[in-house]
Amino acid sequence: MTQDESRAGSGREVREAAATRASIAVRPDEFQHGASGKREKVFEMKGVEVLYSGVSAVKGISMDVHRNDVTALIGPSGCGKSTLLRCLNRMNDLIPDADVQGELLYHGEDLYGPNVDPVQVRKLIGMVFQKPNPFPKSIYDNVAFGPRILGRKDDLDATVERALRGAALWDEVKDRLDSNAFGLSGGQQQRLCIARCIAVEPDTILMDEPCSALDPISTGKIEDLMIELKEEFSIVIVTHNMQQAARVSDRTAFLMVELDADEQNRWGRLVEYDETEKIFTNPSDKRTEDYVSGKVG
Amino acid sequence: MGGPQASVPRNRLAIAGARATTQAMLREQPRGDVIRNTVFAGLLLLAVVIALAGLIALLIQAFAKGYPALSLDLITNPPSTAFPDKAGFRPAIIGSLELIAGVILFVLPVGIGAALYLEEYADKSRWWNRVIELNIQNLAAVPSIIYGILGLAFIVRGPLDLGFILAAGSLTLALLVLPMVIIAAREAIRAVPDSIRQGSLALGATKWQTIRTQVLPASVPGIATGVILAVSRALGETAPLLLVGATVFVTFDPTPFSPDGYSAMPVQIFNYALRPQEEFQTLAAAGIILMLVVLLAMNSFAIWLRNRYEQRW
Repeated sequence: MTQDESRAGSGREVREAAATRASIAVRPDEFQHGASGKREKVFEMKGVEVLYSGVSAVKGISMDVHRNDVTALIGPSGCGKSTLLRCLNRMNDLIPDADVQGELLYHGEDLYGPNVDPVQVRKLIGMVFQKPNPFPKSIYDNVAFGPRILGRKDDLDATVERALRGAALWDEVKDRLDSNAFGLSGGQQQRLCIARCIAVEPDTILMDEPCSALDPISTGKIEDLMIELKEEFSIVIVTHNMQQAARVSDRTAFLMVELDADEQNRWGRLVEYDETEKIFTNPSDKRTEDYVSGKVG
Repeated sequence: MGGPQASVPRNRLAIAGARATTQAMLREQPRGDVIRNTVFAGLLLLAVVIALAGLIALLIQAFAKGYPALSLDLITNPPSTAFPDKAGFRPAIIGSLELIAGVILFVLPVGIGAALYLEEYADKSRWWNRVIELNIQNLAAVPSIIYGILGLAFIVRGPLDLGFILAAGSLTLALLVLPMVIIAAREAIRAVPDSIRQGSLALGATKWQTIRTQVLPASVPGIATGVILAVSRALGETAPLLLVGATVFVTFDPTPFSPDGYSAMPVQIFNYALRPQEEFQTLAAAGIILMLVVLLAMNSFAIWLRNRYEQRW
């Protein structure tokens, strides 16, 4: 995939382009969902380090995120999971003095390469935030916002309906598309934000603790939604809630806070990254076991 | 203990005692506290009365004096020295309307532009941006006569050399209220939470798209409120206009670029008030009523606008 292709294309085209190339590179059976080893990678991180004003927030992150997986990032507060997530769609660029070191590939392309435009990156890699942040507009305009700014104005009504259906919100709002999004409940607002995100047809969706401000019923709906959405998208989710990671994710990365010798500086470090089942039942690292069993953190 | 109540069981005595104590505690506070409370509340009320007394005195005085002159003639007739009973404010009203139209035309794009730059683009860690910020606060506090001198030196004469025309007065007033508009617009822009900007950027919107489609629409009510308040200030300004050519006695309808001179409401009121004859004093008072009504209406509209459309995040 060349730079120009990624600039022009929607997520679907990128996936197709990547699939074509991947099918040349690997044997079909290895490419299948659930096969171990050589699955198609959305993100490849090698020694990624994020610094704020020259001070590390996370470092030494090496992990691959696979296509059509839900990948969970778990760990105690301050371990840098959100920081890591935000460098996957270059949202960290918005923070002055933030810097990303190491190698971060997206479908094989350097995400921080010299010719990569962060605005284009964010069209392909969407994000859902911790607190639902609908725009102060109607439900319809919230979902139509992305397609409109991208100039995809043909058949907008169908796009909006598809996105709302995709986010399991259509039946609840179809009669009041023109009313203000602030009138929705918190859980509905968050699903609206997910609808807004998938209306842009991204390739990957990043979710930063999407359920932490929601009640258990809304949380359940969004978890069900994630499992549906991974058929079409790749999802990376940061969560505080270990049960949530266990319920929805295919692979889990456990990060921890590390201190230097004189305990002056602290940063996040990847401790273990594996199939979710293994992380929660038979982790290879003692620290992971202590954390997932509730002994620390 | 003892005496006649010695036969009463001890626990009942204890309950009665506790109740008496409770009743005593619940009864009124010490007298000193009551007096201090009343005096303090009275002093605070006095402060409010003093603050309002000036306005009330002005209103009563103006209404009592200007009441006889209140008629449509006041708005439709030009001033006249020969027939004070028929004289009005027509050229001054038209002059004032044209002045504030010019102020709005200038102040809207420049004020919002400056506010957007300072809030969305300027790197606040740089010292020069902090200096600019501080100086805009200072500019808002500069006396209006200074702006009059600036207008005379740079707009009427000097580099722009427009002459004593209404447009020059408009520009001078616009410079005067520009800092107010910038400050109000910045506050409105700052009130838009970052989560909205991030939500927009995360969908692949550019910074400019985010500002145009999210930040600006959400801050319009706050900006409009600031602009109305600034315009009502411009409407009441007299001092700078005297320096940039608002001639005090104009009997024709002014136009923006005519060199024949122009007038404005406060200037005309000032002129009438200077005359010794009773009729002109009445006219001045009637002019004050007119201005107060317009200003109060504008300010009320601004407050209504803010309360009605302000976004609660």
